[in-house]
Formats: sequence, structure tokens, C-alpha cells
Amino acid sequence: MSEELLRLENLSIDYKVKGGYLSAVNDVNLSVHRGEILAVVGESGCGKSTIAHAIMNLLPGGNESIEGKIIFKGEDLRTYNRRQMEAIRGKDIGMIFQNPLDSLNPVYKTGKQVEEAILLDGIDRVQAWNKVLELYKDVKMPDAEVRANSFPHELSGGMRQRVMIAMMLSRNPELLIADEPTTALDVTIEAQILEIIKDLKKTYDTAIMLITHNFGLVAEVADKIAVMYAGEVIEYGDVYEIFEKPLHPYTTLLMKALPRRTKHEGRLQTIDGNVPRILDKKPGCRFANRCPYAMEKCQSETPPEIFVSEEHKCRCFLMEEGKEAEA
Amino acid sequence: MSSKSKETLHACLHNVNFMIGFFMLLSVILVAIFADKLAPFGYTDQLVGPQFEAPSAAHWFGTDELGRDVLSRVIYGTRITLKVAALGASLELIIGVVVGLSCGYFGGAIDHVFTFLTDLTWCIPGTILALAVVTLIGKSLTNSVIAIAMVCWASYARPIRAKTMSLKTMAFVETGKAFGESSAALMFRYILPNVIPSLIVMVSTTLPGTILSTTTLSFLGMGSQAPSPDWGLNLSKGMDYIGSAPWLSIFPGIALVYTVLGFSLLGEGVRDILDPHLKSQ
Repeated sequence: MSEELLRLENLSIDYKVKGGYLSAVNDVNLSVHRGEILAVVGESGCGKSTIAHAIMNLLPGGNESIEGKIIFKGEDLRTYNRRQMEAIRGKDIGMIFQNPLDSLNPVYKTGKQVEEAILLDGIDRVQAWNKVLELYKDVKMPDAEVRANSFPHELSGGMRQRVMIAMMLSRNPELLIADEPTTALDVTIEAQILEIIKDLKKTYDTAIMLITHNFGLVAEVADKIAVMYAGEVIEYGDVYEIFEKPLHPYTTLLMKALPRRTKHEGRLQTIDGNVPRILDKKPGCRFANRCPYAMEKCQSETPPEIFVSEEHKCRCFLMEEGKEAEA
Repeated sequence: MSSKSKETLHACLHNVNFMIGFFMLLSVILVAIFADKLAPFGYTDQLVGPQFEAPSAAHWFGTDELGRDVLSRVIYGTRITLKVAALGASLELIIGVVVGLSCGYFGGAIDHVFTFLTDLTWCIPGTILALAVVTLIGKSLTNSVIAIAMVCWASYARPIRAKTMSLKTMAFVETGKAFGESSAALMFRYILPNVIPSLIVMVSTTLPGTILSTTTLSFLGMGSQAPSPDWGLNLSKGMDYIGSAPWLSIFPGIALVYTVLGFSLLGEGVRDILDPHLKSQ
């Protein structure tokens, strides 16, 4: 296995809201290795983006409390001060945001913005500009030279997301966090962007943390999956293993809910109920109220993370008893 | 030239206010630059004609109590007015931009303190506050400009703060942050350029006020001191002879109105061109 780049240890994040603390992320343990794509999958509001922002130390500040460790290359980022963090951002860890439409500064030409990024590393202007054009070709931007001289509003959403990727790759970060990079784009562009991300992983050996709610996308590009539910990672493992043999009842149900070409069952299956809003932590499984296999102790005890194999873990009591959710 | 700049140029050429203001100001600037060539006499030259001579062919604007040529003094006065405009605007801008940006960007204690200061400067009549400041730091033209700037920065800080607050939540600022940019870089390279269009409008609409206020201080004897050809100062000096020699105050007055009007029209034009929302309201 390649070198471990990022490790989250018992990461918990609570937001202070009216009436208590909202547990956005609870006891998350994850790691990302060099040259690996980890997909973090989950419903809206399950804490995916909160984790991403926490790693970059970009949470709004003021009303959240963070516990646990965010270890990047052996050092806890949470002990870093502002200046150290600024040095890490972009250079070691890059981030692509959800909405490419306003992720670029409207008053500068796109190429200029990418160039600015490269100049941060003290490269002279001519070289930097050539690097910009090279990057534009890397992200398969048509007419690189023309686009580099265009303002953001002159580009389409897909092109802007390419610029963003080019920008984030310009400094060759070791870890790239992509927070729903294709949400705002249509399916064909999405496929192209994913191709680019896959290619880049190969060329630059970048580790990528892909945050998404789209299982299809995950199957396409990821090596590892972490499935999140209500702030917790309920299942983690190799992408093939999880798609072949999901263990957690939630994952199992999700897989059933996926539209498949081979199934002709009419209506898609759904999971009854809603994601609970976890105010003030209580013991118990967070999925218990919707789980068809829920037992008595699921209500009163929090299931631990159980390793079913070295690379596959699941947070469910069923594992303890050696049973498996029937798919 | 890109199509965008062509469009802007077209908008400028077809804006009546802008064009009138532009040519009025252009004439003032040219007069200021070529004051040495245009003025028939130096502004301190005494007894170039009889005292208190009414406007005549030799002295178009007449002469004053020391036999100085009023026309020449009005011409040299343009230099002072333009200097006041440039100095005042830059001072107000620097203070207003720095305060507005940091209030909007950092929020919290900084925001509270400076918003309080802004409110404070707004609830005291500007001229009185300026008078107090001049009394403190001493009478001179430069000091009076400083005093006015101390009073007027608030009118920049407030809108810039509001604009910054909305801009800092935009994704591109977060992108910059994710890129390892410092707060200063985010403020001045990411946010400020997006404020500039509104800034230009603000400058062009507050400039006439700045000129008028400084002239007021000179008129009250707290700004330029004799023998300066400052229009405000000459207006007040001319007051003593308003019955017998009205030309002493009328001509500096007309020059002042002309310049301020030029700035105002230009400002209005710029606002219409750069800020279509305001126009439609």
C-alpha cells in the first residue's frame, strides 16, 4: 500500500445552533493514501462538506467546535496557526468547490488567475504563462490560448470548472479535495470532468478526496468509498467490495435504490423516513429509526466501527453477531 | 479595443451630463496647467492697475484693494482647487477603503469600533467637526483638506463595508482562501477590484462636496491664508467691499460654481454609465 497522506482521527464537529449542539460530524476515522481516490458519499447534510472544509480549516468559524485530529503527512493540521495553514492550502492540499460558476474572480481573465496561482511559487511570468497553457491542455480546454484570455463570464460552467481544476493542479498539490465538483454540470460534462480527474490522478499521482452524493460517479472513478450517514462514516472499504457486498443496512438499501439497467421493477426502491437532525449527542445508532434490522440495543448503544476485513469496516451491531444484512 | 470598452465609450459619448461635465472639467484642468501662460499678471503682483477698478478691457475681472488683477488670481485659484480635489479625494479614499474593507472582511470588534466611529462622524455636522480639527492641527490649506477627509471618509467606508460583506461570501473568495492567499491579498486583490466600479461612482459624487467644504473652511479663514488666490478666501475678503466692488467676490464665486458643477455633472454621468441600477430607480 502506498504512503498514507491524510488521516482523520476521531474527528467530531458540532455546530452550535438554537437549542443545543448540532452534531454534523461524529467520530470519523478515515485515511487517504497517495495516488488514491477516496469517495465520500452520503445524502445532503450528512457532513461531507463539513469534513472537507474542516481539513482546509475553512469552516466559517465562531459557532463550531471541533474535536479529534486531522493528520496530514504526520502532522496535526489543527495545531497549525493561520500562517502555516495558508502555506498548506493550495500548495499541499487543493480544493475544488461545488459551484464553478462563481468560484472565479469576475474581474480578472481566467488565465491570469491561474497564472497568479503559479506565481505564488516564485516562477517567472513567461514560464508561468506557458505552464498555464499547458495546464489548460491538461484539463482538455478547447482553444487554450483564447480561453486563457477570456473572462469567467465568457466561459461555460464546464469550462469554468476546468479552469478551477487547472488552478488547483497548477501547484501540484499532493491531496486534492473535490467537493461535489460536478453537481452544477450536466451529465456529458460531468463524464468529461471525471475523465480529467482520473487522468490527473495517473499523471500526477495526486490523492483525491471526492465528495459526492452520486453513487454512479463513485463507481466510475473511486478506489475506496466512505459512506456517511448523519455525520458518521457507517461503512468504508474498497469500491468493488462495497458495490458487490454492501454490509451496512443503509448501504444495502442505497444500492437497492440505485436505478439499474438490468432491473425492470417499475418504481425505484426508497428508504422510509428522513435523516434525523442530531441535536445533542445521545447513544444509539443514528440509522436505527429507519433500519429494517434494528434491534433493541441499536436504540440505546452506539455501534462501534467493526473491521470485517483489514480494509473494510462497518458501523453496525449486525457485524458483531456475524450476521449480514440480506441484500 | 474590446467590444466592452467600445460599449463604455459609446455610453460616455451619449451621456449629456458626462460630456458637459467632462468638458467643463477639462477646461478647468487646462486653465490650471497653463495658468502661467494665461494669467496676464502674477497673483501677488500689486498695483498692476488702479485699486478697485471695475471690470474693463485691461482688467477683465477688475482689480482688488491692492490693485491686483482679479482675473489672474481666479486663474491661479484653479490650481488650488484642483489640488484640494486630488488630495482630499485620495485621503478620503485611502481611509475609507482601508476601514471599509477591514470592517467588512474581519467583522467582529474591528467592525464594531469603526462602525461606531462612522456613526459618530455622521451625527456631528461636518463643517463644525472640520473646524474643530483645523483648530487642533493648525490653519493651512493642507490641514483643512486633512480635516475634511477626517470627516468625509465615513461616506466611503460605509458602502464599501456593505459591499465587502456581500463579496466575501462569494465562492471565488473562498477559492482564493483555499489557495493559500493571505487576508490582505484576499481583501485587496480579490474583493477590492470588484468594488472599484462603485468606488468610481462614490468618488465622483462626493468630490464636489469635498471642494465645497474646503472652500467653506477657507471662507471662514481656517484654510488658505493671504495672499493665496484661493477662491474661498477671496470670496470672504471680497465680502468687505460687496457694495462698492462686487466683482471681487462674484468672479471667484462663478469660478467655484463652474468647477463644482463640472464635477457634479461628471459624477452624475459616471453614475449613470457605471451603475444602471441606480439610474432605473
